[in-house]
Amino acid sequence: MSHLIVMPIVLPLAAAVALLLTRFGNPTLKRGLGLATTLALLVISIMLLRQAAGGEIQYYALGNWQPPFGIIMVLDRLSALMLFVTSMLAVGAVLFACGGDDEKGSNFHGLFQLQLMGINGAFLTGDLFNLFVFFEVLLLASYALLVHGGGKARIQSAVHYAVLNLAGSALFLFAVGLLYGATGTLNMADMAQAVSQLPGERQGMVIAGALLLLVVFGLKAAVLPLYFWLPRAYASAPPPVAALFAVMTKIGVYAILRVYWLVFGDQAGPLEALEQSWVWWLSLGTLAIAGIGVLAARDLRLLVAYLVLVSVGTLLAGVGMRSPEAVSGLLFYLVHTTLVTGGLFLLADMIGVQRGKAGTRLVRGRIPRNATALGLLFLIGSMAVAGLPPLSGALGKVMLMSAGDSAQRLWFWPLLLATGLCAIVALSRAGSTLFWRSQASDDGDSLSPWQWAGTGWLLASSPLLVILAGPLAGYTEATAEQLSDPQPMIQAVLIDQGGDQ
Amino acid sequence: MEMLYAITTGVLAASGLYLMLRGRTFPVVVGLTLLSYATNLFLFSMGGLTTGGSAIIDGKSNYSDPLPQALVLTAIVIGFAMTAFAVILAMRARGDMGNDHVDGRKAEDKEERR
Repeated sequence: MSHLIVMPIVLPLAAAVALLLTRFGNPTLKRGLGLATTLALLVISIMLLRQAAGGEIQYYALGNWQPPFGIIMVLDRLSALMLFVTSMLAVGAVLFACGGDDEKGSNFHGLFQLQLMGINGAFLTGDLFNLFVFFEVLLLASYALLVHGGGKARIQSAVHYAVLNLAGSALFLFAVGLLYGATGTLNMADMAQAVSQLPGERQGMVIAGALLLLVVFGLKAAVLPLYFWLPRAYASAPPPVAALFAVMTKIGVYAILRVYWLVFGDQAGPLEALEQSWVWWLSLGTLAIAGIGVLAARDLRLLVAYLVLVSVGTLLAGVGMRSPEAVSGLLFYLVHTTLVTGGLFLLADMIGVQRGKAGTRLVRGRIPRNATALGLLFLIGSMAVAGLPPLSGALGKVMLMSAGDSAQRLWFWPLLLATGLCAIVALSRAGSTLFWRSQASDDGDSLSPWQWAGTGWLLASSPLLVILAGPLAGYTEATAEQLSDPQPMIQAVLIDQGGDQ
Repeated sequence: MEMLYAITTGVLAASGLYLMLRGRTFPVVVGLTLLSYATNLFLFSMGGLTTGGSAIIDGKSNYSDPLPQALVLTAIVIGFAMTAFAVILAMRARGDMGNDHVDGRKAEDKEERR
């Protein structure tokens, strides 16, 4: 009965088509439509969040083809939370884009909605091949958004980004093919059941497919040997796009959580948790490299890009611990880090615009005209992202740190704390260069109120997350509990035929 | 037939991978295309190879698995669109950067190889 579950995909698609048709239309109209759709998505995602919070797993069978034969969209606590984070981030990014960045190239709002459609679809789908299709939708939109506005740096990083992700897509298809060949199904819940009854001679195929899939998700999440595309692409992307890209790495983290906790959960017998040691050690390596990258960055946008990498390392370490407490902590941290790093990308651009020729490079230049307000936002953003106590980063880190067992703590604590220190050193050095070791001047472009609104919206989330920490932590704990037992999901999708159509 | 099929897929994938690791954009795009052909063949074989079976279920027991065919169709469409995009991106990079290196390096670079 409820068509609400499919709305996060249908609504942006309809809006995108309308926006692409009015390609040369009035900018105000396009902005209004883009903003209205994004706000509507926020409302829908809040409704879905409330619907999922009860703990019932619902699904929407497209064309009323019942699973495991048709493609289904599944709504559980995890997917509802991810939808909510995405729409919060999207509102901030669209607000910022209305300040003028959307008119630097064509079709910004239409492509943006298409990318939202891909992201939402990837979070909702319950079918492995459909996950591939939505990955392609969001990637194709992201290729175009990355080069929005043009410029050498963007084109060059887009070539790397596109080629790497096309190769990743080929690997994804190999992996899907292997898993289908071995289990005979593409529905993830059905596959979870098939894996538990797997004949011994097919085990090798499933292991190969599962680890190939890990490579693909690792490429999306930017884990250690596969992260080289990220800093340059994120640092050169247009600011609202870079902000939205803050959730792209989290799609990789989400996909790892979803596939390996459901298909290779505790019903999988010898195949249970086959990704764990890979994810754990690679995430620690990512943390270490990202810490060095943060210290070495000579540009504010590059610095923030490496901070994204720090968050990826932290989140995947939580995945690698593979305990419900760790998942609860990492989901809390995920909400915080997505919104704050998104806000920092927007803020970096505002600072760069006001510094004129020096841009976002960390050299002596002139002090931004609105130094007080920008400095205050920078302080909030840096404290949140580095994980200093009064703001939300610290809460997420403490939850993750207390989740590991003693052997894991031995590795995780020093690395996480050292990376945090690197971030503090780099951010305070960057802040003092930008706001103090520069000449005062009255020049510099003025900033549009839209840009202030977008950045403020995202950075205000950090103090808000502290105030709402209780309910959110309760929700993430319930999510982790729901994830740790794949049986209810399998039953809800396969046996119960009373689901909404 | 299985052996021939496997060798074909393997050779396509290997050639695609080799070309993808080249330094210029044209071989890279060709490599991506070859890799996607290999992927399509691989996906197709995942339902098991059937000789002389009917394409859809018509009551007889000997029919080929229809799902990989649907998957391959989707993969072909997506792969085709992606190749078109990669070609345009490569041309744009050639125009903006002044050379067709994947890294956009300067033309007078000594170590330049094809």
